[in-house]
Amino acid sequence: METRNIIISGVGGQGIITASEILSEVALFNGFDVKKSEVHGMSQRGGSVVSHVRFGEKVYSPLIEKGTCDVILAFEKAEALRWVHYLKPGKGIVIVNDLEIIPNMVSLGLDTYPENIEDTLKRVASKVFVMDGIEIAKEAGDPRTANTALLGALSNYLPFSEESWIEVIKRRVKPNTIEANLKAFKMGRERGRE
Amino acid sequence: MGKKVILSGNEAAARGAWEAGVKIATAYPGTPSTEILENAAKYEEIDAQWSPNEKVAFEVALGAAIAGARSMVSMKHVGLNVAADPFFSSSYTGVNAGFVIISCDDPGMHSSQNEQDNRRYAKFAKVPVIEPSDSQEAHDFIKKAFEISEKFDTPVLFRMTTRLSHTKTVVEIGERIEVPLKDYKKTPEKYIILPAHARKRHVVVEERIKALRAYASKCELNRMEINDTSLGIVTSGISYQYAKEVFPNASFLKLGLSWPFPEKLFKEFYEKVDKVIVIEENEPFLEEEIKFLGYADVEGKKYIPLCGELNPEIVRKGVLGKELPHPEEAKSVKRPPALCPGCPHTGIFYNLWRLKLNVTGDIGCYTLGALPPYNAMDTTICMGASIPNAFGFEKARGKDFAKKTVAVIGDSTFLHTGIPGLMDTVYNKGISTVIILDNRITAMTGHQDHPGTGKTAKGEPTVEIDMAEVVKALGVKKVYKVDPHKLRETRNVIREAVASEEPAVIISERPCALLPEERKQHAKRPKRKVDPEKCKGEKCLGCIKLGCPAISMKEGKAYISPLLCVGCDLCIQVCPFGAIS
Repeated sequence: METRNIIISGVGGQGIITASEILSEVALFNGFDVKKSEVHGMSQRGGSVVSHVRFGEKVYSPLIEKGTCDVILAFEKAEALRWVHYLKPGKGIVIVNDLEIIPNMVSLGLDTYPENIEDTLKRVASKVFVMDGIEIAKEAGDPRTANTALLGALSNYLPFSEESWIEVIKRRVKPNTIEANLKAFKMGRERGRE
Repeated sequence: MGKKVILSGNEAAARGAWEAGVKIATAYPGTPSTEILENAAKYEEIDAQWSPNEKVAFEVALGAAIAGARSMVSMKHVGLNVAADPFFSSSYTGVNAGFVIISCDDPGMHSSQNEQDNRRYAKFAKVPVIEPSDSQEAHDFIKKAFEISEKFDTPVLFRMTTRLSHTKTVVEIGERIEVPLKDYKKTPEKYIILPAHARKRHVVVEERIKALRAYASKCELNRMEINDTSLGIVTSGISYQYAKEVFPNASFLKLGLSWPFPEKLFKEFYEKVDKVIVIEENEPFLEEEIKFLGYADVEGKKYIPLCGELNPEIVRKGVLGKELPHPEEAKSVKRPPALCPGCPHTGIFYNLWRLKLNVTGDIGCYTLGALPPYNAMDTTICMGASIPNAFGFEKARGKDFAKKTVAVIGDSTFLHTGIPGLMDTVYNKGISTVIILDNRITAMTGHQDHPGTGKTAKGEPTVEIDMAEVVKALGVKKVYKVDPHKLRETRNVIREAVASEEPAVIISERPCALLPEERKQHAKRPKRKVDPEKCKGEKCLGCIKLGCPAISMKEGKAYISPLLCVGCDLCIQVCPFGAIS
């Protein structure tokens, strides 16, 4: 199997690193070599954060090369847009949370938030799926499970069994949130099939 | 077969060190190195400690090695500047039990003030350097590092980089081997580097380099991968992974023990392939070694940029002159890091911006005070520089200028190297005002304890340094304490302090908003709301100028995100129209 490349992006504090850890653990669980890379420190709340996850028979570079990304999973719209040039031309998929977080610079009038993000994404990606993760998380009983719902949508595009996801999620989330997380995952997986 | 787990390079180095029987681990936090000590501290068998700075950390670990215990010290690249003095001496004294210095360099400067390549330091101090290229190697090579340290009686520099430290890869782990304490014998001619002793030791060091150079060519950390012989690539560390990604079929000379340079092995490699290039991040370290041997046809920096972090596309473009086809980059919005909602620094920088003071800054989250909306920082040089910089401003431009200047420094940074600076200002009759931003933790690196927090790296209770008493003991008479969330009160204290004819220290006391106890408080407080009827929107922007990530403009009015708001009342204090409740 050719190495698969997934970008998870969002805003510092949204839980990007936990989400990419779950994805990496699932890849290992399924017997793949896996590398997961992001930079932390000086990127606390509010800054742009990106994590690269690569898995396959044997992975060398921890960083994804431009033009080779299979799926971008973005927890915020502008953070999906930021990485579109990494997508495989004409073959990439974008799953994006229906959320806009406005940086202070925009509110100060020093920068502008991009318009028509979905249209730009659609021009570049073969498929764009916008999903309100927070809404699903609320339905699942805990608004903090939005990321798990989005991972559920992502899971449709990866060669891992539902059981392996469930196993890793159970291990990785707080015991009192397992139920809500699994519900959010299944709902996200269901909606993502549409 | 050992168990397979996913570990970051830092976690793997800590695990490997534990397996190698390390007894003592010391560090001062610094991105990207911090997690090494954090993970070492989790092992019962390792006595792990945070030191107030890298020099102290180095000296504790070296002392432990001389006394017979396998020891290590970890730090970010610029930390080794602080520890450079004992580093150079330790090369002369040698060790007794194994002693490894982990230096985590930061190519690309993700969280650093420079891009120094500490392989140069290793060569300068005449100690061997080991460079792993993934977590498995970090785990395996560190064990070898302790063996080499003991075999050659030398400190070993274990050089990691951000992308290695923070990338998680699959590691097959092993079990700990207990290494008994080595005998300790008083050896003044070795461990007291009086000039008469040091002259003899220098000769020993030069002999050691020769022995290590010969060893490097047969050491298992250095290997040839002979495939297609039309291209041979010499590389080390994380650069190997990028090179292998782009040239999976090329031949490689992959160096794990990269200095002293394995001359003999290189010559063999050179004979086996048609063309040799060097792919390395930052400095042309290996390239210079090769050129020095007379191989003028071997190029590195001709293809690979010296500045910045590498990645596969830079390697591809540099060597092959082309990129893979990819979609055009889209313009997104700038999203620099920001002070968190409820951050104790927010109020201080809001006030400094309003008072239009000159601000000499330091290293910590508060360096973000340099960015909009505050733009409230004039200098940031290195750990502890804020206070001496302010005094330098005063020396150059006089007391009136000093009355328009403050130094800002965090609690951990003050204890790191801030104290001698303040001592200097007092001793030499300065009048600077210093604001110690005491948020009760080393925050930027992710919450590490320090001598002011009352807790050790192992989470045990200990003596808690009293900042105000330290400051008073240095001879400062004017010592104030403020709650930075009380904006007007804090502003008045800053005004009074800067106007004074003697040195003044303001201790701004409020814990980091991300500390667990603080988060509990957030949960109890109501989320703030804007009354759109009263809000004057773009004509005002008063609350926006706080720089709080929870507040943004939405449809012409201020809007507070209930997901991000922590219920502090800074925005209520700054709104001139009473629109926030």
